[in-house]
Amino acid sequence: MAEADPDITDSPLGQYQKRKSVFPKAVDGTFRRLKWAIMVVTLTIYYVTPWLRWDRGPYAPDQAVLVDLAHRRFFMFDIEIWPHEFYFVAGLLVMAGIGLFLVTSAVGRAWCGYACPQTVWTDLFQHIERAVDGDRNAAIRLQNAPWGVSKIARRLLKWSIWLAVAMGTGGAWIFYFADAPTLMHDFLHGTAAPVAYMTVFVLTMTTFIFGGFMREQVCIYMCPWPRIQTAMMDEKSLLVTYRHWRGEPRGSLKQAQAAAKTGAGTIGDCIDCNQCVAVCPTGIDIRQGPQIGCITCALCIDACDTVMAQVGRPRGLIDYVTFEDATREQAGQPTTPVLKTLFRPRTLAYFAIWGGIGLALLFALGNRTRLDISAQHDRNPLFVRMSDGSVRNAYTVKLRNMESRPRTVRVHMEGVPQASMWLGETGSREAASRAFEVKLSPDAVTKLRLFVVSPAGDGSRQEFALVVQANDDAAPSDRHDLVLERGGE
Amino acid sequence: MAENKRIDHPTGTETVGHEWDGIEELNTPLPRWWLWTFYATVAFAIGYCVVYPTIPSANGAPGGNLKWSSREELEKTLAARQAELKPIHAALAATDISALPGKPELMQQAIAGGAAAFKVHCVQCHGSGAAGAKGYPNLNDDDWLWGGDLATLEKTIADGIRQPEHDATRFSQMPAFGRDGILQPAQVEDVTSYVRTLSGQEGMSASARRGQALFAANCVVCHGPDGKGSRTVGAPNLTDGIWLYGGDRDTIRQTITNSRYGVMPAWNLHLDTVTIRMLAAYVHSLGGGEAAPAPAPAPAGATAAATPAETANGGG
Repeated sequence: MAEADPDITDSPLGQYQKRKSVFPKAVDGTFRRLKWAIMVVTLTIYYVTPWLRWDRGPYAPDQAVLVDLAHRRFFMFDIEIWPHEFYFVAGLLVMAGIGLFLVTSAVGRAWCGYACPQTVWTDLFQHIERAVDGDRNAAIRLQNAPWGVSKIARRLLKWSIWLAVAMGTGGAWIFYFADAPTLMHDFLHGTAAPVAYMTVFVLTMTTFIFGGFMREQVCIYMCPWPRIQTAMMDEKSLLVTYRHWRGEPRGSLKQAQAAAKTGAGTIGDCIDCNQCVAVCPTGIDIRQGPQIGCITCALCIDACDTVMAQVGRPRGLIDYVTFEDATREQAGQPTTPVLKTLFRPRTLAYFAIWGGIGLALLFALGNRTRLDISAQHDRNPLFVRMSDGSVRNAYTVKLRNMESRPRTVRVHMEGVPQASMWLGETGSREAASRAFEVKLSPDAVTKLRLFVVSPAGDGSRQEFALVVQANDDAAPSDRHDLVLERGGE
Repeated sequence: MAENKRIDHPTGTETVGHEWDGIEELNTPLPRWWLWTFYATVAFAIGYCVVYPTIPSANGAPGGNLKWSSREELEKTLAARQAELKPIHAALAATDISALPGKPELMQQAIAGGAAAFKVHCVQCHGSGAAGAKGYPNLNDDDWLWGGDLATLEKTIADGIRQPEHDATRFSQMPAFGRDGILQPAQVEDVTSYVRTLSGQEGMSASARRGQALFAANCVVCHGPDGKGSRTVGAPNLTDGIWLYGGDRDTIRQTITNSRYGVMPAWNLHLDTVTIRMLAAYVHSLGGGEAAPAPAPAPAGATAAATPAETANGGG
C-alpha cells in the first residue's frame, strides 16, 4: 500500500468532465450512402405518414395512421385496433424487442449506427452544422475564434435552422394523434388543444438539445440500450474492428519505404492519418478497440477505405469483423464466410421466435370478430323474487360493434327453456321473449340492461348463454356464458 | 486506503483508491451537464417550496405564493360539474315526470342522477342495490305498497310515509289487533292460518276457516275481500310471494298482534324537486317500474283497484 504507483504520475482527472465537442468530417463511401438512404426513408416515413389518407366510409376518420387517444381507437390502414385488442400493439412491441435481439446478435449495434432516431437526427444536425460552419477544420477554427459579428451570425443561423428542424420534428409527432389537416389549421390559428402546443414545445426542445448539443452524450450516458446490447453480442456478432495485426506499428509512407529498404522491422498498413477519428460522430478512436462510444455507424470504414485506395493498399483495415474471425485472422486461420456468420443457430432461433409471433399476430388478426357480446351479472341484488314467485336476474350487456357502420343485430338465449328476457330501457315483462333485436351505432359499444325472468323451480342455479348475430352478416357470431340465480343455496 | 489512487491503464481513468480483495473502483468523472441537471432540480425544488404550501404547521401547510389548496381545487371542479349539469337539471325541473318516458335521453340522465342521489340518501335503509331488508321494501321487484308508476313514486318519495308533521304524507295505520284486545290470541292464530292460505303457503284448515270469517269482519276494509290489498292506504297484497316483514307463521302472528308502522322521511323537506324526480326515475328503472295508469288522473287507489292486470301490492 505504501509503494508508490508509477501511474499516479499521470495527470489526475477531475470530478466532472466537460463535454469535448465533436466536429465530424464529411465523408463519402458505401456506408455513408447507406446512411443517407436510411435517413431519407426513415424521415420520410416519419414526416409523411400522418398526411396519408385512407377512406373508411362516413363513420370513421380518413387518416391512414391515427392513434385516436380521445376515442381509444388505433387506426392503421385497414386495421382498426380497439383498447381490448391492445395485445396486437404489445405483440408488435415484443417483435420489436426480439428484432433488436436478432439484429444485435447478427450485425452488432446496427440499430444504433443507422436507424436510431437519436443517430438520424444527430446526423441531420451535423450536416446542417457543416453547411453553416464548414467542414471539420473550419468548424474547429470557428469554435475557437473569439465572439464576433461573423461568429454570432453563423451561430444564430445554425441554431435557427436546427430549431426549425426541431419544430418540424416535434410538430409532426402530434399529427399522429389527431386529424392532421384539421390539427394543422387549428395549430396555426392558435385554437388547438393546449396539450398539442405543450407536446410540440417539449419535443422541439428535446430534439434541439439532443440533436444539437447532447448528441453522443445521449448514447453514452443516457441510453440503456448500448449496455443491454453488450450482453447480447457474442463472438460471432459483426463489429467495426480495426485490424491492428495488419495496421500496427503505424507509420507514414516514408517510414514504410525506409523500413523496406533497410529491412529494419516492418511498418503496418495504418499510416496514422487520423481520418477514422476525424469522421467519427461520437469522437472516438476505433483503433483503441471496441468501446461503448462506438455506435458502429461504419463511417470510419468509409474514411479508411478511401485513404487505403489513395495509398494503394487493400481496403478493410477497418472493417466489419466478428471477434471470432479477428482471432482466426491473427492466427493465420481461414475465416468464416459472412453468410455462415449471419445464419447461425442463435440468429435463426431469434428469427423463428420473431416470425412465430408475427404469424400468430396475423392469424389472430384474420380471426378476430368485429361483433362482440359480453355481459355482467348484477351482484347486488343477485336475484329478485317477483310477486308471482318467479325470480328475475339482471345483467349489463355490452355489444361491441367494431365495424364502421351501423348494424342491426339479434341476441337470443341458449339454455334455460322456461326463461324469457326483456331490455330495461325499452321492454317490459309483458313483452318478454327469447330474443331481441337492437340497432348498434357504428364503431361503438352499446350498453344495455337486460332482465331475465324464470320460474324459481327448485331454486338451483342454471347456466345459459347469450348469442349475438348480425342480421347483415353470416360471419361467426359471439356468445357469452352466464348463470341464472334462482334463489337456492 | 485513499492513498492508493492510480490510473487504470485500459480505461485511462483514475481509481478512487479503495481496494477490497483486489477489486478496485474507477472514479469515472461525471459529465458536467449532469451536475447542471442536478442543480436545476434543486432550483426547481426551492421554487416549488416558494410557490406551493410545503412547510407543515399547526394550521395545515399555509404559505405558498400561489395560495393553492386542494380544497379550493375540489370546489372548482365541483362547481364546474354543477355548471355542466345545470341545463339538465333545468330541463328536468320543467318536465313533468309523467312526460319523462317520452324523452329517453333526459330519462337516462335522470336515472344516472338518481342513482348517485340514491347512494347518498336511500342506501341506509334500502341497501346499495335497492334490495331492501326486513321492513324496508325491495325496490327491484314488481310489488308496490303505494304504486309503482313514475308519478306515484315521485309523490311517495317527496311526501314520505307516516310523517305526522307533514300533511301530504302517505298515511295509514293497521290496528294492533292482539295487543289492543280486538282479537283474542286464539283468533289471531286463526287469522294467521287464513292469511297463509291466501298465498298458498298452507291448505284450508278448520283454523283457517274460522280465520276467514274474522278476516272478512276485520281486514277486508283495507286488504280487500280477496286479500289483494289496496294502494290507496298502502295495504299489502297478501296473496303474492313477497313479504315485507316475512310470511312465516311467527312473523304474521306478530304483525297481526302488534301491527307495523314503517316510516320513510318526506324527502321534499330535505331535497329539491329535481333530485326527487331523478330518484323516482331511478327507482322506476330498477325493474319493477309500472306504466302510468291509463285513466285520467283520479285518486290513485280507485284506478288501482279496478285494474286486475296489476297483481302488485306488498304482502306483509
